[in-house]
Amino acid sequence: MISTAPKPSEVIVPPQRHYLNAGYGVKSWLLTTDHKRIGLLYLASITLFFFLGGAFATIIRLELATPAGDLVSSENYNKFFTMHGVVMIFFFLIPSVPAVLGNFLIPLMIGAKDVAFPRLNLLSWYVYNIGAIITLYAIIAGGVDTGWTFYAPLSTTYSNTNVMATGVGIFITGFSSILTGLNFIVTIHTLRAPGLTWLKMPLFLWAHYATSLIQVLGTPVIAITILLLAFERAVHVGIFDPALGGDPVLFQHLFWFYSHPAVYIMILPSMGIVSEIVATFVRKNIFGYKFIAFSSIAIAVFGFLVWGHHMFVSSQSVYAGMVFSFLSMAVAIPSAVKVFNWTATLYKSSVSYQTPMLYAFGFIGLFTIGGLTGLFLAALGFDVHVHDTYFVVAHFHYIMVGGAIMGYLGGLHYWWPKISGRMYPEGWAKLGVLTIFVGFNLTFFPQFLLGYMGMPRRYHAYSEEFQVLNVMSSAGASILAVGYLLPMIYLIWSMRYGPVASANPWPSTGLEWRTSSPPPPENFEKTPVVTWHAYEFKPRDQAEIVGEF
Amino acid sequence: MAESHAATVEGSGPSTTALAHHFEDMEQQREAGTLGMWVFLITEIMFFGGMFLAYTLYRSKYPDEFARGSRELSILLGGINTVVLIGSSLTMAMAVHSAQTGNRKKLIGFLAVTLLLGLTFLGIKAVEYTEKFEHHHFPGVNFKLGEHSETASQVAQKPDGAAAQPQAQKPVLDSKRVQLFFWIYFAMTGMHALHMIIGAGALSFLIYYSRKGRYTPEYYAPVELTGLYWHFVDIVWIFLFPLLYLLGLHE
Ligand SMILES: [Cu+2]
Repeated sequence: MISTAPKPSEVIVPPQRHYLNAGYGVKSWLLTTDHKRIGLLYLASITLFFFLGGAFATIIRLELATPAGDLVSSENYNKFFTMHGVVMIFFFLIPSVPAVLGNFLIPLMIGAKDVAFPRLNLLSWYVYNIGAIITLYAIIAGGVDTGWTFYAPLSTTYSNTNVMATGVGIFITGFSSILTGLNFIVTIHTLRAPGLTWLKMPLFLWAHYATSLIQVLGTPVIAITILLLAFERAVHVGIFDPALGGDPVLFQHLFWFYSHPAVYIMILPSMGIVSEIVATFVRKNIFGYKFIAFSSIAIAVFGFLVWGHHMFVSSQSVYAGMVFSFLSMAVAIPSAVKVFNWTATLYKSSVSYQTPMLYAFGFIGLFTIGGLTGLFLAALGFDVHVHDTYFVVAHFHYIMVGGAIMGYLGGLHYWWPKISGRMYPEGWAKLGVLTIFVGFNLTFFPQFLLGYMGMPRRYHAYSEEFQVLNVMSSAGASILAVGYLLPMIYLIWSMRYGPVASANPWPSTGLEWRTSSPPPPENFEKTPVVTWHAYEFKPRDQAEIVGEF
Repeated sequence: MAESHAATVEGSGPSTTALAHHFEDMEQQREAGTLGMWVFLITEIMFFGGMFLAYTLYRSKYPDEFARGSRELSILLGGINTVVLIGSSLTMAMAVHSAQTGNRKKLIGFLAVTLLLGLTFLGIKAVEYTEKFEHHHFPGVNFKLGEHSETASQVAQKPDGAAAQPQAQKPVLDSKRVQLFFWIYFAMTGMHALHMIIGAGALSFLIYYSRKGRYTPEYYAPVELTGLYWHFVDIVWIFLFPLLYLLGLHE
């Protein structure tokens, strides 16, 4: 039940004119420069890739239900886990929250009419899709088998699968990520409404600002790396293959210089979502606002200094290993700062247990497990023991699926009334979040045990003693699949049949809730002037919000 | 950059109609455009940074081979190109100044000279590349160094077993590592040349619209932003020239 259902006397009427009915037809969508519509275009694209990546995961879990490699050959298995990784990371997780919710919300949250460069924003969606189509071609033409990490010289010389097309696809899609990051940085710097100082901004914006920094600083490095790799593969001259005089570990350094911070591209925006949800559903100013805000920046900065923890056993010197080990543990501090501050916000508060809040709880719990096991892996000795085992697989799925996707779905539910103008069905949504939570833990917790026992990742067969835990994992995966299908079905259903949402259904304090649901094309009737802090709530019995404009 | 150009298309005339609908005023629009360009240039630094890293790594690993490869490059042509580019940066700055002061004739003139210098650079670069291909200095199966140099494979072929006692002054060079130098040379200068071509395109665009009188002292952001880009590309070359061409000198 929504805590602030409208008083019986007032009936919610949807706005006459809003961004969804501002124009009809394919052209009004494909040529739109409205950040809200572009957010929805991205939503459609990445949802497709999410389920494609999920299909690959299904094949992997089916194969691993039995110890023998009986469903797919080892060559095909290599392809399936590679394509699962490529699709999920580059085509779903990286764009997920920023390109969908960030696009939709950042201008609304700062009281602007649009992002700074609306055309570049639309261009980024097209660039994403061009890269996506090329990658789809690579998949259909027979796939790629190098692992999503594309280590040389396997990728440059020995693999005879579609490394080239996949690389080109990822290279192109990288530019959509750069464009999004660039747009957000400039938007947040230059388009904030009068009165909205940096320290009055919602934490969602701080998180996205930090994310954009990583996108802008990291993505060009993976771009040049892929480019050099592609040339090396094409003309057999280059700098990575030892047969050509090169150094394959250089590739690993360049790759992880981007790909470790990329983890923060995936998780930081979800952390921003959790901050918004926690504040709203306990109706309290968030505890330690400045700490949460600056911890996002700290994560973005320190995240660039820890990539070497992926090379503890790849010829990196012991001293470098020690430094990277220390720095990797240090980067846990800003993450822990966030978790502690959310928990402190919850302390002695009364919580409304609605779906977005349940997702936020899921995020906090699962991210904590993922983060703590990350500390295990940052320890040199332990890492050597579990390197390339299922322990690592479980760890990063707790961060990316348990963390990032929980946050993404929580945010999607939280802002769904704003996006669609309709409420989602609360009962179904609660069932969904519960299914996901149970399914997720059943899928991935056994993998910690498997890894600790020594089961290596990336093999399609394993020894008998691992079967019980693998069957548990596969069973969990099928529950998880149901859990992910549920929101897709009821959210689409609610667009037509859900109850009409008010402008501020929860209610919350953010600027995005001070315009109609869905918002008009220009976002606000008149430019707002911000006089309140991001999370200035009135007591619970007073439903209205602080600081009308 | 493209965005600020595009912003002008919406308005029919210069000055205030060049304001895109989502900005409050020209000042905000200019600020956004400039910051956007700076952020873009930072991404460029990171992009070239990957290659500079590879350069640093292999140069410190194989200093002799890098010096050997470097000696094959023409300091004269590289030097002329350096002067040409620095000159073009000057004329670009003058073009921005002319736009600021609203001198359309001078604006078009300086833009044209800048473009001409940019094309001169690319022309000389093309001569250099052709020469490299003719001398088999492009890495790959056809790669070979000049007669006077000794690579490991050539030394090994000598019947008198000179390979066993290489002279102290002349270290045995690994041809693969010299190829690495040339590969990095082609990657870096090639990427730089690509940026020059894009810059030349932007300049042509500016010349076209300057002739139409689009830029005024109130609205000349595209000129200013292209200038920033052009200077950046020049600076990259200022790093590339000593790193690639002048290595062989210290002997
Ligand atoms: Cu990492």
